[in-house]
Amino acid sequence: MLSAILASETSINLLAARYQMALSLGFHIVLACFGVAFPAIIFIAHWRGIYRNDADALVLAKRWSKVAAVLFAVGAVSGTILSFEMGLLWPGLMGPYGDVIGLPFALEGIAFFTEAVFLGIYLFGWGRLAPRTHLLTLLPIMTAGVVGTFCIIAVNAWMNAPAGFDLVDGVVTNVDPMAAMFNRAVLGQFVHMWVAAFMVTGFLVASAYAVGMLRGRRDRLHRLGFRIPFAVATVFALVQPFVGHVIGLRLATEQPTKLAAMELATETEARAPLIIGGVLVDGEVRGGIEIPDLGSLIARGGVDREVPGLNDVPPEDRPPANVVHWSFQTMIAMGMALVAIGAGYWLAAWRGRDLLRSTWFLRIAALTGAMAVVALETGWITTEVGRQPWMVNQVLRVADSVTPNNGVVISLAVLVIVYTAMGIAAVRVLLSMSRRWRDGGADLATPYGPPDRVPVGVGASSGDAMPRAGDGPQDDASRQDGPGGGDAP
Amino acid sequence: MSDVGLIDIVAALMFIGVLAYAIFGGADFGSGVWDLLAGDARHGGAVRAQIDHSIGPVWEANHVWLIYILVFMWTAFPLGFTALMTTLFIPWLLVGLGIVARGAGFAFRKYSASLRSARLYGAIFAGASLFTPFFLGMIAGAVASGRVPLEGGDLWTSWTGPASWVGGVLAVVSCAFLAACFLTADAARAGHDEVVAWMRPRALVSGAVAGVVAITAAVTLHLDAPTLAERLRTRGAGLVALSAIAGVATMVWLWQRRYALARVAAVVAVGSIVAGWGVAQWPDLLVDTAPLDAVAGARPTLVALIIVFGIAAVTAVPALIWLYVLVNTPRWSED
Repeated sequence: MLSAILASETSINLLAARYQMALSLGFHIVLACFGVAFPAIIFIAHWRGIYRNDADALVLAKRWSKVAAVLFAVGAVSGTILSFEMGLLWPGLMGPYGDVIGLPFALEGIAFFTEAVFLGIYLFGWGRLAPRTHLLTLLPIMTAGVVGTFCIIAVNAWMNAPAGFDLVDGVVTNVDPMAAMFNRAVLGQFVHMWVAAFMVTGFLVASAYAVGMLRGRRDRLHRLGFRIPFAVATVFALVQPFVGHVIGLRLATEQPTKLAAMELATETEARAPLIIGGVLVDGEVRGGIEIPDLGSLIARGGVDREVPGLNDVPPEDRPPANVVHWSFQTMIAMGMALVAIGAGYWLAAWRGRDLLRSTWFLRIAALTGAMAVVALETGWITTEVGRQPWMVNQVLRVADSVTPNNGVVISLAVLVIVYTAMGIAAVRVLLSMSRRWRDGGADLATPYGPPDRVPVGVGASSGDAMPRAGDGPQDDASRQDGPGGGDAP
Repeated sequence: MSDVGLIDIVAALMFIGVLAYAIFGGADFGSGVWDLLAGDARHGGAVRAQIDHSIGPVWEANHVWLIYILVFMWTAFPLGFTALMTTLFIPWLLVGLGIVARGAGFAFRKYSASLRSARLYGAIFAGASLFTPFFLGMIAGAVASGRVPLEGGDLWTSWTGPASWVGGVLAVVSCAFLAACFLTADAARAGHDEVVAWMRPRALVSGAVAGVVAITAAVTLHLDAPTLAERLRTRGAGLVALSAIAGVATMVWLWQRRYALARVAAVVAVGSIVAGWGVAQWPDLLVDTAPLDAVAGARPTLVALIIVFGIAAVTAVPALIWLYVLVNTPRWSED
């Protein structure tokens, strides 16, 4: 198979384009989760801070808004790359179908505008807007997150369940953008992703505070910083299996081959087993645990119902089943584990046991963020690889959509380097923010403070240290400084 | 309403995005150019603080205009969009990288740990602010000079003709000029006299340079982009004249230290030349190669786009205006 790929330059191009898209989407989707869910989590903390006079919560809201500033910027630029790639990599999709699926993209543009405007207002509103008005500027951002998720997922759902056009002699006609947007798959996929965004963001933020507590910072601020996002993430984690199950039930009729790959089913059969693990080698399942009848029961809602098999379609129309199967089951495993961890914590709390005092629980909690990200990524791998070889299910092949330009390998290489650098830099910046807060500093005075404003002898490696405001965390809350509030008391 | 009328309306709405991006996005890029030229950390600190303060709350919103343009283009004129992206693969890739470097660099600089890393991120932000509009200008030059055929053009020569080079330089200089006027006005309002003193002469010089480059561009277009030049001379003449008058007015008001007026005039100067380009593009999406109606999408989609614009006009636009009003209030102008 590899030699067949290498034989044709077009195939290398296709492979490179697919990897570039996968990298760009896989990178951006984590940041998109923050764009969707973080404002709501910040809202909870900010609301507590104002209406419950909770100084710790207000500190958290302020710090999180700075984290959001960094993450949203990276999200905005990586999202832009994706919109470029629609044309750079997939002219065969965008040329014939751009007007079919453009409407949700255009509506998403409004959501993006709204988000960017109110983010700017919110971030710079600390100390400048009346506290309650300031809090309310989060609401349009949250709304934009819902609308934006729906619109972008509408496009992906349309690729799974194409609608809103007719193909007459290979020409796209009778375009109905509303029908394309509100296709059969959109509602389920939208809810699935929206819930996932809250799980990823909630567990990731909670993880950061679990690490802090493991390192001995067990003050109320850290407990609150853990409990708010962890509570949100738990609620959404509990809902997610039901949402996922409902979507799964549609697959047998909508995308039977994808379901077959997810279940590693070769032949269409009733009373199909559930295969946990296992690999498909030369058309046969090796290894894995087979549980009789359970495959039909879960995937179809009844033991007597048929689960479709891969052999129903010719080999060239089958996705790489092992990738789909393993990523699907990894997602399920992560999701279930997160349900258990989340529910376990709150059940224990309800019974009066504080698991945050337990080191082993904190260690597990520190992993929940990574687990949620793994679930997110494997979920996307499942649905995207599971649709192969189709770009638009049963309508347009990926191979027919790719750019005729050779040399996508080069743009892929460039992107790998740039995204690696950007990812590392983002993490480093976030860690340095956290370190600065820990040291009792609030904000930098200016991005480029003249060195002579650094108090001599302050800070470890001081010569090069940034000037920092000397206010402690309590100050940080009461003064409601804006970023750049370096006017030391 | 005839289909042609509908197509023209959608094209005009798309061009509103180009205009807004050129002015507001342009001023943000231009600010990055001045950041690059602000000198070392000791001397450039105040200017960079002003830049940070001026574009911090607005750059992401201004950036969305680019997304707006792309989305409008692939929805309304899908085949034109794919031709543009396929032939101009390389400059678009460079613009994409520039946008990533600019946005990430700017955000990282503000929160970086040490002066050394702030310098690194700042250099990335500022350098990308210089080359991103340059390549966008090259793309505009390629389109204006008829080098982007629908069936796909040469990957290199399509965007490296004379019109592209002068387009790139004009874009950078215009951005710098706009930004200098914006930053001078912002600094004056905030009472940052040392920034005003640094910025004002540079606004004047960049205005003069922009004028010279614009005249060079006119000559270049005459030789290299005859179709566009002809339309500019006829139906675009009024806008070109307006741009020249506004440019001179900007210089006079900068000289008289009437910075708020100078800023408005600079917007008119750059805006009307961009609008002139748009008028001269009509009725083509890609000059000489793709008339708008040849690449337009389905009618129901065009109607839907007009409705989307209507929704944006009552939701996102008032929000944008509120943001601009807020950042210009005295309370938001202070540190």
